[in-house]
Amino acid sequence: MQDVVCCLWSRAGFDRAAQGLLGAGRRLADSTGGKLRAVVLGPADDALARSAAAVADLVVIADHPLLDQYHPETYLTTLTALAKQSQPQAVLLGNDTYSQELAPRLAHRLGGSSAGDAVGIAAAGDRLRVTRGVYGGKATAVIALARSPGVVWVRARAMAPAEPGARAPGEVQKAQLDLQADQRVKVVSRHVEAKEGVRLEEARLIVAGGRGLGGPEPFQQLQALAQVMGAQMAASRAACDAGWVPPSWQVGQTGKKVSPELYLAIAISGASQHIMGIADSKVICAINRDPDAPIFKHCRFGLVEDYQKVVGPLRDKLSHPT
Amino acid sequence: MHIVVCIKQILDPEIPARDFRVDSARREAERGSANLVANIFCENALETALQFREAHGGKITAVSCGPEGAEDVLRKALALKADDAVLIVNDAAGNPDPLFVARTLAAGIRKLGPFDVVMVGREAGDWGAGQTGGLLAEELGLPCVSFADSLEPGAAAGTVQVKRQTDSGWELLESTTPLVVTITNHEKNVPRIPKTRDVMQSYRKPLTRWSLAELDIDPATANAYYEVAELFIPRKETQCEFISGDTLEAKIDAFASRVTEVMRSL
Repeated sequence: MQDVVCCLWSRAGFDRAAQGLLGAGRRLADSTGGKLRAVVLGPADDALARSAAAVADLVVIADHPLLDQYHPETYLTTLTALAKQSQPQAVLLGNDTYSQELAPRLAHRLGGSSAGDAVGIAAAGDRLRVTRGVYGGKATAVIALARSPGVVWVRARAMAPAEPGARAPGEVQKAQLDLQADQRVKVVSRHVEAKEGVRLEEARLIVAGGRGLGGPEPFQQLQALAQVMGAQMAASRAACDAGWVPPSWQVGQTGKKVSPELYLAIAISGASQHIMGIADSKVICAINRDPDAPIFKHCRFGLVEDYQKVVGPLRDKLSHPT
Repeated sequence: MHIVVCIKQILDPEIPARDFRVDSARREAERGSANLVANIFCENALETALQFREAHGGKITAVSCGPEGAEDVLRKALALKADDAVLIVNDAAGNPDPLFVARTLAAGIRKLGPFDVVMVGREAGDWGAGQTGGLLAEELGLPCVSFADSLEPGAAAGTVQVKRQTDSGWELLESTTPLVVTITNHEKNVPRIPKTRDVMQSYRKPLTRWSLAELDIDPATANAYYEVAELFIPRKETQCEFISGDTLEAKIDAFASRVTEVMRSL
């Protein structure tokens, strides 16, 4: 079987990640002549089902009280059961925390192989080959998965959505589920860090600060700049590890992968691990006093200056554009 | 509480890109002048375990699977006062196979006897696969909580509360023990530095060595999960235009108009 299964969470809606994930799934299925099945976990409204059915040949809605919110063990059991129904060649997930957590375990349960952070997936016979960054983004590897199915989480937002075609909408089914509550793991509480505006991954403009800021206070200056630009705030790992800003601001290999139209990096040296998180940005620019900072190698334009002399006047300038 | 912390030795990921080379034929990074270090997320894991032990008591065993030289990361763990250290010697160098590593670690952990929590780094700074924790949980038949940054005893006996990071914030999960936890970085688990004296003394502490044969692991079963088919350094050519100007103000003006230009095109 050459079929492809894409795993979606209904609570995320049909966001850019879901569109990219289904786009990747559609192209993979078309390349092998297989069918694309979208499985949606959680309570899905008609709009989501319709959007998914416009791309997939079959949409399976797994709605059940135990799937209302993410639970690692219950979601894993459900995905295992749903994937086994069609014996797919590929099971694709997005790059959210939950998908990353589930992928290797799901592969193990299906007797397959997993790889993550895919920027490319291709079928070679009945096995998958996954292209991904390694060594903190310094190198690229093509990983040949030795078992089937290949369970791959992809850099979903960087993947193109499916082309609108003349395809008839896929069928929408409700999954028949016999689920037991997991006795071992309990989700005690969920906390969303207050952050205004759109999610970092969806942001079109980002202002980010790094180690060179030297403390939490300068982030307030950056925030004032971001505000006049209508930009979201982000930070390098060094700034998050120092506790200057919350971990959810972290961009990079192990933080968020962002793809804004403009990424303004201030006092960020640009280690390859950070670049891995911003490589899909359309325009990268930087302010750094070190002309040899690696960040400039990735910039469209840059300013070699001490940020302290620049950020205030730049904010004034941008709030009254000429 | 017995916490097992798995530690991987890797090529120093802080090596600058200009000094980094790969051997495309062997599909491995070249060692060059780079140091071998403990993976940072494994060090975050050890730090999390040490803080748990300081607050609630217990025992920490550090385990590594790797070549003889991986002893170094275990000596460092002993210098930081891990109670025991076990090296599972695997001399077959080169390409990674996460399932083989997970099976080997699982066999070693079972041989240790009863344990409550297994901690691993969320991913390694070399191949960055992020597979070991999940596969290890499946091999051991245990639940798994990923991207955790701290651990507390749970309300009921035989449980722990795990705080873990999500895309939008964090979650608190409670799990029965034993379980597998993958650890990510947080301002509270930045690894401590061992004292020189403790580093010296760590070399006098016992360190257990197990061979793959002792764990009934056949090295021929490696690479059954996946193989690295290609490894190369991508070519990138972005020419940075450095903003120039006679005065600071002129430079800021020029920079601002470049930013405005991009924003207007949206």
